Amino acid sequence: MNIKEILTGQEHDKLFLLGNEAAVRGALESGVAVATTYPGTPSSEIGNVLSVLAKDAGIYFEFSINEKVALEVAAAASASGLRSFTFMKHVGVNVASDSLMSVAYTSVQGGMVILTADDPSMFSSQNEQDNRYYARLANIPLLEASNPQEVKDLMKYAYELSEEFKLPVILRTTTRVSHMRGVVELGQLMGAKSKGHFDKDPNRFVPVPATARIMHKNLVKKMDKIGVLSNNSSLNPIYNKRGNIGIVTSGSAYNYVMDVVEENDLPVNVLKITFSYPFPEKRVYEFLENVERVLVVEEVDPIMEKEIMAVVGKHQLNKIIHGKLDGTLPMIYEYNPDIILQGLGKMMGVEMAAKKTVKTSLELPKRPPTLCPGCPHRAAYFEVKKAAENLNMNDLIFPTDIGCYTLGIEAPYEVADYLLSMGSSIGTSCGFSKATLQTVVSFIGDSTFFHAGIPPLINAVHNKNKFVLVILDNRTTAMTGGQPHPGLPVDGMGLEAPELSIPDIVRACGVEFVEIINPLNVAKSREIFEQALQFDKLAVVISQYPCMLIKTVEKKGKNIFLQVQDDICTNCNTCTTELSCPAIYTSDNGKTRIDELMCRKCSVCVQICPEKAIRAKRINKSGEGE
Amino acid sequence: MHPYHIYISGVGGQGIIKTSVIMGEAAMKKGLPVVVGEIHGMSQRGGVVSTQMKIGVSHSPLIEEGNADLILAFEPLEAVRSLKMINKDSYVVMNTAPIYPFNLSQSENSYPDLSTILSELRSHAKKVMAMDADEMAQKAGHILSMNMVMLGGAAAVPGFPLDKKSIIKSMHDNLPERSIPINLKAFEEGFKFCMSKL
Repeated sequence: MNIKEILTGQEHDKLFLLGNEAAVRGALESGVAVATTYPGTPSSEIGNVLSVLAKDAGIYFEFSINEKVALEVAAAASASGLRSFTFMKHVGVNVASDSLMSVAYTSVQGGMVILTADDPSMFSSQNEQDNRYYARLANIPLLEASNPQEVKDLMKYAYELSEEFKLPVILRTTTRVSHMRGVVELGQLMGAKSKGHFDKDPNRFVPVPATARIMHKNLVKKMDKIGVLSNNSSLNPIYNKRGNIGIVTSGSAYNYVMDVVEENDLPVNVLKITFSYPFPEKRVYEFLENVERVLVVEEVDPIMEKEIMAVVGKHQLNKIIHGKLDGTLPMIYEYNPDIILQGLGKMMGVEMAAKKTVKTSLELPKRPPTLCPGCPHRAAYFEVKKAAENLNMNDLIFPTDIGCYTLGIEAPYEVADYLLSMGSSIGTSCGFSKATLQTVVSFIGDSTFFHAGIPPLINAVHNKNKFVLVILDNRTTAMTGGQPHPGLPVDGMGLEAPELSIPDIVRACGVEFVEIINPLNVAKSREIFEQALQFDKLAVVISQYPCMLIKTVEKKGKNIFLQVQDDICTNCNTCTTELSCPAIYTSDNGKTRIDELMCRKCSVCVQICPEKAIRAKRINKSGEGE
Repeated sequence: MHPYHIYISGVGGQGIIKTSVIMGEAAMKKGLPVVVGEIHGMSQRGGVVSTQMKIGVSHSPLIEEGNADLILAFEPLEAVRSLKMINKDSYVVMNTAPIYPFNLSQSENSYPDLSTILSELRSHAKKVMAMDADEMAQKAGHILSMNMVMLGGAAAVPGFPLDKKSIIKSMHDNLPERSIPINLKAFEEGFKFCMSKL
């Protein structure tokens, strides 16, 4: 499929779409005029696709500097009467939450949808927080999708709901829905308004104590009305009405429940909750009337389970509720069909015939993800460690940040000692430098620096914190697939844009020691790191080299290949154990070898080999080295 | 129809997602229900990648342990790691070219011999078809066509629900036009090899 078909596809066409791609089609079918995000897995592909389609679709799309700004841009567009869409990973909502709480009070004019992509089991995240709490915290409606078709359809419904009640609506997916690919039948596209108009109304849009008190009252009234909708909504259907056992489920967990129920022909009633906040208490009450026991199947926290217990308590019903709280199902991580089957077995008191699954007796090596061959971060890590070693500094703390470079946690690099969230490398370095006598060297990427690194940098200068900050500038937002950021001359719609200089920003923040290195130049970089480590104030080293995955960058060494000279190599293994580039390996006969296909010819290994046994060789026309 | 379960495993960057999209669209165009579960993000940086796919009526793409009809293993170590998904009726199509974990020299377990891997797989699966898909791809014209060698192998498996014609149509829809001749050659080589092993 060509990605453009998400825009050009006609009503009733069927496309094989990722949940994230379906969200884009849903936005286009809803007449969204403004879309914003900061990239974050599992939501990243929504932005990637919009970035390609926005111009042709005639809508505005931006990669905002962070999620808070993304939400604010969208909120202002909605206040001006346009339909707006902002989307982010679950922890991104934490960043946006300050303004999210207020936009629930101020209300919206054009429809506004906030998509949160949660990450149960933490495939690409620092936690697995359950963002269904945010709907409760802000007191705004919540919809939960189970598959790509639903993602698209719920986008449309969310806009109708949002516009009817003038409230932002949260649409929640999880990794397994965002990254599930399925058949999606398209609906009709809706043209977007190009410009709105902001009609002033301070009583509505400016929450100061006097106005906010009224706004909160109005919000609660609206949510009462929406509660009637969720109780009667066809989005909360009952399936498979058999027997006296009930299952209440939502999102991705619904898929596992249905596969297990259908495969094993189980006599149970299933209530699927899609319109999940305001919680459809009446619907649940009616469901409970016809069953004796209920299993609640949800990811990740026992939110519905507690709401259902409240219904049982309120009406003094004699029903047993099973789920996470009584240990029938695990409290953490994502579910799968095996887990549901086990839980059902536990609940019914039947030993679900233990399947004989194959267990290998072989002891296998692990395969952790790692920095790519030729990744400039690897070189920077090697050089910082060597510089500290040369200066006999051996008690270092390495606060790190969110990005590919977090992979520095693995041996042999071990340069990730402390991590909280986007931008935390710098804020926590301020703390470590005051709280300890240890040497602090922290790492942050370019996009993360723009996102949340500047205020803590100013904090560090003003409060006279001494540490070394390494800004790993690889000219892209690499981990999430290479989105642009304000340090690049291009924006989210592919248009030319002003390029902000990181060194200028750092200097403007008052940093006196600012040096730029090319990390692929090992000796020079090490020397700069040594100077930085010895500087008596905050020192910032900006390590500039583009990510090896950027396709448009002129690649090094097209005409060379790197080779280990067996007659010189002493098998000291510095390259394999200290640099640990995936392209360098030990062959079956114990010789060090460089995988020609993987090697990106960064030549760092050539520079670090103590015996000078790795040589760059020219490829002659016949393809053989000389 | 009982859904057909395919578990694809390998290492980030081997073209696993593209392969599953090609299969999925081929299924969709035949009118078959199909769902795929993919892994994106951090694990792709040289880590383990697995894609799960069900062709036929189902809600979730996640396969119960022991329920995969076919394992398409793009890398031998990852074939062994996928063993929990198979049963005695499962087929395994495997690429024998290893990708060593980057920190193998620091790992407590060594990378098993290919012969050990093969006998382990053969003791549990109905049939294991092992080929050096890297080399076959290179012979076809480009190492990046390795995933199409594997797809060709899958097409040869008895009970596989997609026919060659619809897969090839889907390859045209999903691969750059100029790479089609090489990819088709790779696909045919994989198909031929696995047919010969039946």
